Amino acid sequence: MSWLGNLVAPKIKRAIGVKKSMPEGLWSKCDACQSVLYRSDLKSNAEVCPKCAHHNRISARARLEMLLDSALVDGSNRKEIGVEIQPIDPLKFKDSKTYLERMKAAQKEVGEKDALIVIQGMMNNMPVVIAAFEFKFMGGSMGSVVGERFVRGVQAAIAAKCPFICIAASGGARMQEGLLSLMQMAKTSAALAKLSSAGLPYISVLTDPTMGGVSASFAMLGDIIVAEPQALIGFAGPRVIEQTVRETLPAGFQRAEFLVEHGAVDIIIDRREMKSKLFSMLSKLVRLPIAA
Amino acid sequence: MKTSYLDFEQPIAELEAKIEALQSTNDDHDSINITKELAQLQQKNDKMLQDVYEKLSAWQISQVARHPQRPYTLDYIKHLFTDFEELHGDRAFADDPAIVGGIARFEGNPVMVIGHQKGRDVKERQYRNFGMPRPEGYRKALRLYRLAEKFNLPIITLIDTPGAYPGIGAEERGQSEAIAKNLYVMSELKTPIIGIIIGEGGSGGALALGVVDQLLMLQYSTYSVISPEGCASILWKSAAKAPEAAETLAITADKLKTLGLIDVIVAEPLGGAHRAPDVLMQTLRRTLKEHLAKLQVKPIDKLLATRFERLMSYGKFKETAVK
Repeated sequence: MSWLGNLVAPKIKRAIGVKKSMPEGLWSKCDACQSVLYRSDLKSNAEVCPKCAHHNRISARARLEMLLDSALVDGSNRKEIGVEIQPIDPLKFKDSKTYLERMKAAQKEVGEKDALIVIQGMMNNMPVVIAAFEFKFMGGSMGSVVGERFVRGVQAAIAAKCPFICIAASGGARMQEGLLSLMQMAKTSAALAKLSSAGLPYISVLTDPTMGGVSASFAMLGDIIVAEPQALIGFAGPRVIEQTVRETLPAGFQRAEFLVEHGAVDIIIDRREMKSKLFSMLSKLVRLPIAA
Repeated sequence: MKTSYLDFEQPIAELEAKIEALQSTNDDHDSINITKELAQLQQKNDKMLQDVYEKLSAWQISQVARHPQRPYTLDYIKHLFTDFEELHGDRAFADDPAIVGGIARFEGNPVMVIGHQKGRDVKERQYRNFGMPRPEGYRKALRLYRLAEKFNLPIITLIDTPGAYPGIGAEERGQSEAIAKNLYVMSELKTPIIGIIIGEGGSGGALALGVVDQLLMLQYSTYSVISPEGCASILWKSAAKAPEAAETLAITADKLKTLGLIDVIVAEPLGGAHRAPDVLMQTLRRTLKEHLAKLQVKPIDKLLATRFERLMSYGKFKETAVK
């Protein structure tokens, strides 16, 4: 907010929709515990509230930075996979806006071409391929590009004989690509069967939210399934279920802890420990000697 | 059975009522004239049916796909197969009546047949949960897939569901995992699989029976990532926009064929499968026989390689040169 904001009378502010927010960039308020936090503190704490450990949603690139070893100056220890794969509008889909308009708006706002970023790199010097969802890109929805990039990531892991990790954050299949989106569920699952035949580990990390067609395909097929605390994970959305069964949902329904209790998830890991824990698990699965 | 009419069939309903009334005034008093008039009316009716059905909208097709008198899985099993023994349960929690499956013979040869099952009357609809499976249903299907693989039985799946059941218990018992597991296992199952969409192909609940070597689709069936109503509620904020959603989602057989997502469209009799089920069964028997024979002569490694390529080919995108 500029200095101008302070000069506008309160009534006018309301009329033009100026929010009484903190100065952008310096402070932020935790959605869960309402504590007022320094943005910089939050950032250095992996976007986890230092007061209540609430895990805020983060971008795909920020996620990848947290998990991969820092990029070398010459970039030789990282390679982005499937960046050349970009979305089109195969159905000429149109609701109140066209798919093309929504896609272009998302590309402009988020700075990514689609909702999945895949990078081949190193994790504590162990080669890995990591696919991370960008939730801000149309709700992290899965269409043809997400499916294809995922598959190419799996193929890269097979070629490099290294583990594959996926960090999910998605509302599900992308309606704007119709049945093509549904088919990505089968496509990604089939690719994982090949990874498994090659004897390579796949860890699926479920973050807030992991729903619908993403949940009902590769996200639930991990050799190990990890979730972040409090992440919403399920197939049908809570509102749809509530409307269907006309009952109040049980407390904590479809949260990570609920899924562990019901045997659907192996382990909950705090984001601040994600890299060390993922490495610890993978290093055992691929039988790396204990680090000196 | 008396035909139920859909909204857009009202003119047909009126004409057919007239024909029926005329048929019942069967005192031979003026029978030659009546016969003549009946023939004329029947001709007019067929013409009208043809006109209406020739230009059905996507939304109208989804009404036909959900027609209460449309043949369901057990009707197909009864007409196309012999010696069917239904096998129940997932061996872990329960039997899900929304999916039926078992071993049977098709043209004398042993096969596994699995399909979604809807209910015909209020009581059965409830019992079948309107054809919406719970996790146990997918897990039963999975168990039968494995059984078929073990004994080299080809699998035929019949797809007809509004979708997975959005219930509390279904989530608690891991419906996502159950669907995902089926996709994963079907992609590598060492036996031929043919799928037939006979009514509604509703999203993940349909796909859990839909990873196949050949996908057949009845002319007035639908296959979609989300129901038109669901899509309309989300994108238009109003379920009343379902007809628009149905159109743009590309859920009909002709559009899906163009997109390369189904293999064969099975023609339905004039006015839909429910008007002449016997005619449809004959057509379907021929088509199924032909495609099953083709798949069964394929060596298994070739079959699996083709299935995998097919799965990998799904998707439309552009590949641009990146600096």
